[in-house]
Amino acid sequence: MSNTRTVRRAKSGTTEPAWVKWSLIGVALAFVFLFLLLPLAAVFTEALRKGIPAFLEAFQEPDAWSAIRLTLVTAAIAVPLNLVFGVAAAWAIAKYEFRGKAFLTTLVDLPFSVSPVVAGLIYVLMFGAHGWFGPWLQAHDVKIIFAVPGIVLATIFVTFPFIARELIPLMQAQGTEEEQAAQVLGASGWQTFWHVTLPNIKWGLIYGVILCNARAMGEFGAVSVVSGHIRGQTNTMPLHVEILYNEYQSVAAFAVASLLALLALVTLVIKSFVEWQFERLEKAAAALPPEPAPLPAPV
Amino acid sequence: MQAALVSGPLAKRTPKRVLPGFNITLGFTLFYLSVIVLIPLSALFFKTFTLTWDQFVSAVSSPRVVASYQLTFGASFLAALVNAVFGLLLAWVLVRYEFPGKKLIDALVDLPFALPTAVAGISLTALLASNGWIGSLLEPYGISLAFNRNGVVIALIFIGLPFVVRTVQPVLEDAEKELEEAAACLGASRWQTFLHVIFPTIAPALLTGFAMAFARAIGEYGSVIFIAGNMPMVSEITPLIIIGKLEQYDYAGATAVAVVMLGFSFVMLLVINALQSWQRKRAGASS
Repeated sequence: MSNTRTVRRAKSGTTEPAWVKWSLIGVALAFVFLFLLLPLAAVFTEALRKGIPAFLEAFQEPDAWSAIRLTLVTAAIAVPLNLVFGVAAAWAIAKYEFRGKAFLTTLVDLPFSVSPVVAGLIYVLMFGAHGWFGPWLQAHDVKIIFAVPGIVLATIFVTFPFIARELIPLMQAQGTEEEQAAQVLGASGWQTFWHVTLPNIKWGLIYGVILCNARAMGEFGAVSVVSGHIRGQTNTMPLHVEILYNEYQSVAAFAVASLLALLALVTLVIKSFVEWQFERLEKAAAALPPEPAPLPAPV
Repeated sequence: MQAALVSGPLAKRTPKRVLPGFNITLGFTLFYLSVIVLIPLSALFFKTFTLTWDQFVSAVSSPRVVASYQLTFGASFLAALVNAVFGLLLAWVLVRYEFPGKKLIDALVDLPFALPTAVAGISLTALLASNGWIGSLLEPYGISLAFNRNGVVIALIFIGLPFVVRTVQPVLEDAEKELEEAAACLGASRWQTFLHVIFPTIAPALLTGFAMAFARAIGEYGSVIFIAGNMPMVSEITPLIIIGKLEQYDYAGATAVAVVMLGFSFVMLLVINALQSWQRKRAGASS
């Protein structure tokens, strides 16, 4: 397709003059360099400013390890819960028609438009000492705010839509014919899901999970409100970075930050790989002969 | 809100469905949504109702809070505007041109989504402070980009950067080259073609991306507080006001300001939804 296009374009003169093209590319690259590459490079340079031993020293501290552990635990709880929710919500929204569907889809997206600070605050109002359940929780000696459960809850809130919003359009585009065929052939609901739906949404699922995970491990605002910043207990990695930075321990702060930056880079690599897989699948689908007219939709 | 979703024709129609699992998946979705999002958000409104109207108004309109709105909205608007211009440029360059390193740049555009905001904050601060790579170059000219309002705008440009690129890019990819060819055949200059043929096609997507970047910037906290300097009345953003009130145990005051922010989030959500359906209609009409 692109070949024929290029030939035609060359004849019809629907391209910009070369000088326009290269100055546009130049400005775009300068923007990317200033706003993306430099900040990324600065993290690693600042972390290694005083050499590798000083860099490694940041990880000798027990507080750093407890922050890393807490970040991993938080993500390990928040991501699977949002994964189950994402699959359930996408199944309900994409495979069926019901009234209020558009409204429900909007509600699923809602946490994205709420400020992280407000997200933290709502859990303080629910579970804090002066909150709805505060007195009851205190009486039963359960701590949620300024403790790990609050951090997990706030993280779940801010990463709530990630997986659902990847899966909903994907499952809508795939329709229900394959699942119906499986049903007709006698598969149970679970069998249909595991053997028909899941292979179809596999890449979308991975895509959502890695983005959800990156945000879960990196969340700052919401977690900062509910954490209480107790060193060695309720500090996640981003909060640990903040404390070190405010104590003028720049190298240590950037050392921990460089781990988070590495996580971001790994996320981007996996994301690009998944996108490449998507493109490959699309091309393979485009190469197939046209399908017969689809069956009328259910419901 | 929920009652409207669960009751009514839903219950009647379910038995006829072919695929199993409707009740359980929708039930779980509504349960999880209520527990994590709806009930906690309603706590915000109930807390606000414990304030009298006068208390509410004085909490959300004290001079320091108003100054923070001006900064938050102004800086967010400016940052979203910069992102609209450069996002469009980046999307254009990535879709229409071939150049070395294009794949890498394309992947890198999502960095602000993947990089934790606190990391972005300290890194931008390190770059722009008077002893940083960029800050030290600008200091002789008397330009300071950190610990003031400029820093706020720069941090917000960073975190909003992917929105416009990622909304405009697919529309530009799908745009029909034939229309441009027709315009060229009819004697339009390349600039006229862009202004009258290409731009109307991508305008809804561009506005959507702008609105998303703007909405995200309003609520942003992590990247801004490191670089802003956080001087009351000058460079203090609204989310920081909420944190400040919380630290003084002024829960009612914090809640009042949060309600104002949340109200704005709802408005932006509706605006973005409307823009997206406009965009879909546009796409449907042209194909």
